[in-house]
Amino acid sequence: MVKTQYKYNEMELLRFSTAGSVDDGKSTLIGRLLYDSKAIFEDQLESVKRTSEMRGQEHIDLAYFTDGLKAEREQGITIDVAYRYFSTPKRKFIIADTPGHIQYTRNMVTGASSANVALILVDARKGILEQTCRHAFIASLLQIPHLIVCINKMDLVNYDKDIYERTIEDFKKLSSRLDVKDIHFIPISALKGDGVVESGDNMPWYKGPTLLYLLETIHIGSDSNLIDCRFPVQYVIRPKGDEYHDYRGYAGQISGGVYKPGDKVMVLPSGFTSTIQSIETYDSQVKEAYPTMSCTITLEDEIDISRGDMIVRENNVPVVSQDLDLMICWFNETKLQLNGKYAIKHALKDARCIVKEIKYKVDVNTYHRNEEDKTIGMNDIARISIRTTVPLFYDSYRKNRFTGSLIIIDEHTNETVAAGMII
Amino acid sequence: MNSYRLTHLQELESEAIYIIRETAAQFERPVLLFSGGKDSIVMTHLARKAFFPAKIPFPLMHIDTGHNFQETLFFRDKMVEELGANLVVRFVQDSIDKGRAKEEKGFNASRNGLQTITLLDAIEEFKFDACLGGARRDEEKARAKERFFSHRDEFGQWDPKNQRPELWQILNGKKNQGEHFRVFPLSNWTEMDVWQYISIEELDLPTIYYSHERDCFVRDGVILAYTDFMNLKPEEKIEKLVVRFRTIGDVTCTGAVLSTANSLEDIINEVATARTTERGTRADDKRSEAAMEDRKRQGYF
Ligand SMILES: Nc1nc2c(ncn2[C@@H]2O[C@H](COP(=O)(O)OP(=O)(O)O)[C@@H](O)[C@H]2O)c(=O)[nH]1
Repeated sequence: MVKTQYKYNEMELLRFSTAGSVDDGKSTLIGRLLYDSKAIFEDQLESVKRTSEMRGQEHIDLAYFTDGLKAEREQGITIDVAYRYFSTPKRKFIIADTPGHIQYTRNMVTGASSANVALILVDARKGILEQTCRHAFIASLLQIPHLIVCINKMDLVNYDKDIYERTIEDFKKLSSRLDVKDIHFIPISALKGDGVVESGDNMPWYKGPTLLYLLETIHIGSDSNLIDCRFPVQYVIRPKGDEYHDYRGYAGQISGGVYKPGDKVMVLPSGFTSTIQSIETYDSQVKEAYPTMSCTITLEDEIDISRGDMIVRENNVPVVSQDLDLMICWFNETKLQLNGKYAIKHALKDARCIVKEIKYKVDVNTYHRNEEDKTIGMNDIARISIRTTVPLFYDSYRKNRFTGSLIIIDEHTNETVAAGMII
Repeated sequence: MNSYRLTHLQELESEAIYIIRETAAQFERPVLLFSGGKDSIVMTHLARKAFFPAKIPFPLMHIDTGHNFQETLFFRDKMVEELGANLVVRFVQDSIDKGRAKEEKGFNASRNGLQTITLLDAIEEFKFDACLGGARRDEEKARAKERFFSHRDEFGQWDPKNQRPELWQILNGKKNQGEHFRVFPLSNWTEMDVWQYISIEELDLPTIYYSHERDCFVRDGVILAYTDFMNLKPEEKIEKLVVRFRTIGDVTCTGAVLSTANSLEDIINEVATARTTERGTRADDKRSEAAMEDRKRQGYF
């Protein structure tokens, strides 16, 4: 696919989400990353300077770079997921910036769903707060592969090593109760810049990497599932012209595993088997297709395949079932209805479901499972069982984030009311 | 690099193709909004890739303000012919003649705002239910929160507080009668990504993206191309400048930059060291800090 010799042909993409309580310094940190990596242009700088002056601030406030909408600028808070971009010669970064208020668990879950890394801010003066527990829980629930905990405002605690280490210990106590694979800790001052892009001279006792260095080098190569072959068919390509009279291509994005021409495959739900004839993109034949490539597969046999079917290996199939257990995060003012019927979208398949059981609700601050109160409203996290109208082909969310996730939709308003992670 | 990793451009390309295919699969009458600018050229290229070897299964639509750079119209027609695509053109002038839209007066008169009326009328005329656009989140603050599938109510309005959360790569395009979606497959691209992609894919661009000499004048610090339908203020004078454009829109409000860059490599280097965002060269955004957000609420693309 790629032909030229430019350096940018070797850059990787890293998506990270940010979370912190109000005033922990999240906006300032993002502003600094953008500013120091020169992702902020003069006209944006001018506009932020004007705003800072208008509000009678002496210095330009880096936090204004990340303020999005007018209503929020007036209220002075961030109320939704906003995406920011910057790059260094090694990587391009996409930041899903999510607010830390209690009522916005929904946004945090949204931002975290596609992230490789979760960045959590802790105010060094305050230590681990209830919100920190919530952020860590969501990172674990959404199975973000890497967690970076920044202990911020070190300048306000005299860059004290003991305070830093105590905070780390507290965090480790918390995360031992969660399912987090890879955690890093960094002491920083977002305002002064220590530990963000440059180490600075204020914390000679800290020997680890700066935040930017860690973001540039953290190993994300093994995050996707290369073992279990999963190819949900997104679109069937039938050109109809003379030249391609019998052509049938199955287009989609690889959700797991590595596919090669010549591979024996099986199609779900029919169970028919065939051999991959070719894997194509617009301008090339692909020797090996892997996550998250968009490509088109052709098979040697003519089989009836439509959108939502899945091409897998015969000896490694996903679960095929109508009964699922899920962890959900509820997103809507209208509460979850036990025995209620909803639409769902899973791995490019549309179906309907009925909610059979609400097992428990999780307190995101204490991780306590509440089996008494089963009313599930906005921002609640719960374990439920559903039954679907047609069989789904799925894996556990732990095994595959694509085939293990679904969304629940209100059939009347069409709103997305919940995110579901299959257990 | 690990052999099972995509580069950032491959990943952005794959994501965009995925979204374009979702649009074709989830909607009955999608349309690709084609302005002739580099982002819509990239979009068209991705759409071609997404359905190859079949043709693009939806039409392209150009909302013509009448204030065009001539070069972009040539380019548009050539590209459409090569693709064998179906092009629909709707004119802002027609909306004005029918009394649907009212021409702005004064020195900064522009037809950019009027495009919205023509667009919404065309959506109704053809019953389009999804409009694919090339907008990027990095262009402007208000766009930073835009979704891939952006819901519009029956008046074509965008409500920033009432957008559906987008999780993983699952896109929810379900809607009620009369509502439609704007779809932005390039959301995660930056200006730099677009230029690098154009270079890697060796895409042709209208010549005005490259350095050339033309009649210009300066207004409020923005270099504008001089054309017949512009009124000069007494102190403004026409001068020949060597410029290029970073974006292409309505001639009356698309600013040029002084530049001698006449290859993609020169442009990429220039973008890498550029000191202003490309929207900084568009006069329409300067009207007020929240200008873009106000226009978006009304259905601007
Ligand atoms: N002294 C000091 N102040 C900081 C630091 N980071 C942020 N602040 C200040 O803390 C306040 C809240 O920061 P902000 O970035 O708006 O927090 P957010 O609510 O998490 O986005 C602002 O007044 C910042 O200037 C830091 O590292 N040191």
